[in-house]
Amino acid sequence: MAELSYLQAISDGLRQEMRRDKRVFVLGEDVGVYGGAFKVTLGFQEEFGPWRVIDMPLSETAILAGATGSALMGMRPVAEMQFADFVSCGWDHLVTVAAKQRWRAGTPVPFVLRLPSGGGFSGGPFHSQNPESSFAHIPGLKCVCPATPEDAKGLIIASIEDPNPVLFFEHKHLYRRIKGEVPEERYVTPIGKARLHAAGDDVSVITWGAMVYTAEEAAKLVDASVEILDLRSVMPWDRDAVLESVRKTSKVLVLHEDTRTGGFGAEIAATIAEEAFEHLDAPVRRLAAPDSPVPFSPVLEKAFIPQVDDVVAALKELIEY
Amino acid sequence: MASTTGLEVVMPQMGVSVSEGTITRWLKRVGDPVAADETLLEISTDKVDTEVPSPGSGVVTEILVQEGETVAVGTLLARIGAEGAAAEREPEPEPEPGPAAAQPEPAAPAPEPERAPAPAAAAAGNGKAFVSPVVARIAAEHGIDPAQVPGTGTGGRVTKKDIQAYIEQGAPAAPAAPAAPAAPASAAAPPPPAAPAAPLRPAGEGETIEPMSAMRRGIADHMRRSLDTSAHVTSAIEVDLSRLVTIREKLKKEYGAAYGVNPTYLAFVARATVETLRDYPYVNGELRGDQIVTRNYVNLGFAVELAEGRGLIVPVVKNAETLNLLGMARGIADVARRARDKQLTPDDVAGGTFTITNPGGYGTFHGTPVISQPQAAILGTYAIVKRPWVITDDNGADAIAIRSIMNVTLTYDHRLIDGALAGRFLRDLRERLESWGESDYQA
Repeated sequence: MAELSYLQAISDGLRQEMRRDKRVFVLGEDVGVYGGAFKVTLGFQEEFGPWRVIDMPLSETAILAGATGSALMGMRPVAEMQFADFVSCGWDHLVTVAAKQRWRAGTPVPFVLRLPSGGGFSGGPFHSQNPESSFAHIPGLKCVCPATPEDAKGLIIASIEDPNPVLFFEHKHLYRRIKGEVPEERYVTPIGKARLHAAGDDVSVITWGAMVYTAEEAAKLVDASVEILDLRSVMPWDRDAVLESVRKTSKVLVLHEDTRTGGFGAEIAATIAEEAFEHLDAPVRRLAAPDSPVPFSPVLEKAFIPQVDDVVAALKELIEY
Repeated sequence: MASTTGLEVVMPQMGVSVSEGTITRWLKRVGDPVAADETLLEISTDKVDTEVPSPGSGVVTEILVQEGETVAVGTLLARIGAEGAAAEREPEPEPEPGPAAAQPEPAAPAPEPERAPAPAAAAAGNGKAFVSPVVARIAAEHGIDPAQVPGTGTGGRVTKKDIQAYIEQGAPAAPAAPAAPAAPASAAAPPPPAAPAAPLRPAGEGETIEPMSAMRRGIADHMRRSLDTSAHVTSAIEVDLSRLVTIREKLKKEYGAAYGVNPTYLAFVARATVETLRDYPYVNGELRGDQIVTRNYVNLGFAVELAEGRGLIVPVVKNAETLNLLGMARGIADVARRARDKQLTPDDVAGGTFTITNPGGYGTFHGTPVISQPQAAILGTYAIVKRPWVITDDNGADAIAIRSIMNVTLTYDHRLIDGALAGRFLRDLRERLESWGESDYQA
């Protein structure tokens, strides 16, 4: 097995699928000649040609409309937003057409929308968001948020295979920072199955994306056995794994980088309260960004995104409760 | 107090673990006038029977819970309206006679009578310790009162780990009947009585069925739990009380004239027992988990039967080691009277370290009582019977004499107390009862 970065793992998975299946093609801004804003598709146009790696005009609406239409016609488009934040331009195609087409007309819309998301690099309010909960709320869309290179590859392949529109939230902060062993052969990581990042007995952290690593660091700093569950996808999400963990530890911290109100953590916390009330030994605790746009200032951004210290404090509160 | 409007009378909280009470008797009917603090009704809980005074003066306008019904603490029992008519329309009831005023005692978080360890710290002054859902569920599954579990969480809260550890080290748990899927009932409430597994058979030919009172249910639970907890063994000894009979006849007159107190045989036996307990700390002790608790004081419980066979209660005379015969006689008379008059507070039945039960009044000469948990032993005293008795005179010659003999039993928890220890305790007690003079009892 080779050691790959999170970014290389996505690139490898995508390339393998394009080699395997001629219906798979890439479209987005600067995905061809330039190799993509973050170089995920670097060298793709040389290998697959300009008709399978399409540089699109500066219009997210056009990209999403093109992906939706070609998927309807039987293709397997993989569209890229340069930043997840820009997806709002394509809301109508995503939410009104792609998400509902299968129910409305019975025709599947099998596209993947790659969404580089997340902050931590002073990208400010337009380049740092984690909008997964907005789309998890829309029936018909799937939302995948891998945290490890191995999952990034297995889940990009699963997303391409999936007959539904899948939003693939790849965390920019992990792109080159996180490396790991990734199998070279093709494999599929099932969407909707959580991954036990660390087993523990005293308190559970339910999280996904870059926060998996924040939780991991925090767990080292508390005197307790912390279980970290990486959801890997928020729609569908692995309720069984979450409830099993809660029933084991009886104390739970739901952690995400997105803002708090209406964040997907609220759905998880509510489900725990409904399904595992009698197993709780402490109130379900949520830790998320405050309800504000992501600030530019490095100092403010650090105060905005949950940090290791914040997680440590929340864990201690739960442990001592 | 001025007459008031719209007062509500609720089922009072009679101690931390008491979750419900039964209306035994309404002393007022709808339409009856009632004065502030006048007794309105009598209630029975699994801890105590008591009277509920009116929170204010007025007229009973509504009675919502009938005699014999059992309702949760806080349930509205009755309404009291203004005297005369509702002519004057005061917008608000006066601030002081809120529902809380209906409680005869400022419901202090009294510890459980059965177990001495301090209850989990009460939360925010509402008299109830918070019990988390998982702890409530585990407690219900194992038939444990969470208030008995030492808590290590915030404010002494019982955590899941606390109750698991408590169970692991052998909590006095009744094997829970296939518990009804534990409804996350009111957090601080003790586990609901185990539901009968099979549907109850209706009354058959010639049978009558009456509901169990809260007190009866409390007794039933406690008796079962005690037998499931302690290894009960009973030893008996015969005591020649002839000398004591003479002393008592004399003191009875003196005490009656001087203090208006009757020095009962029970008071004499109690006095000698307390003295003997000094030498046998285990008999006055407790098994708490895997630890042995002994004490430098004796809180002496006395089993008191309530009128009409309505049950039995064990009020406690605190610090009995400080009492001489007069103090003991007064203490016993006081708690016995208040038990029969339903004037006991939860405090009066809490914290006992040793108990005396005296069923001898009916002529029984022997018995095997059940230990009041978490105590280690209970003394039984029986009828004093004149018997032909072999005595040895000063010359060493045996003769048969008529003596007043009482059988005394010690029922003890064999986990803590060995048979030999129990035997020595009874021997020493007998020695005191046979040899003590007037001044020994009055010391």
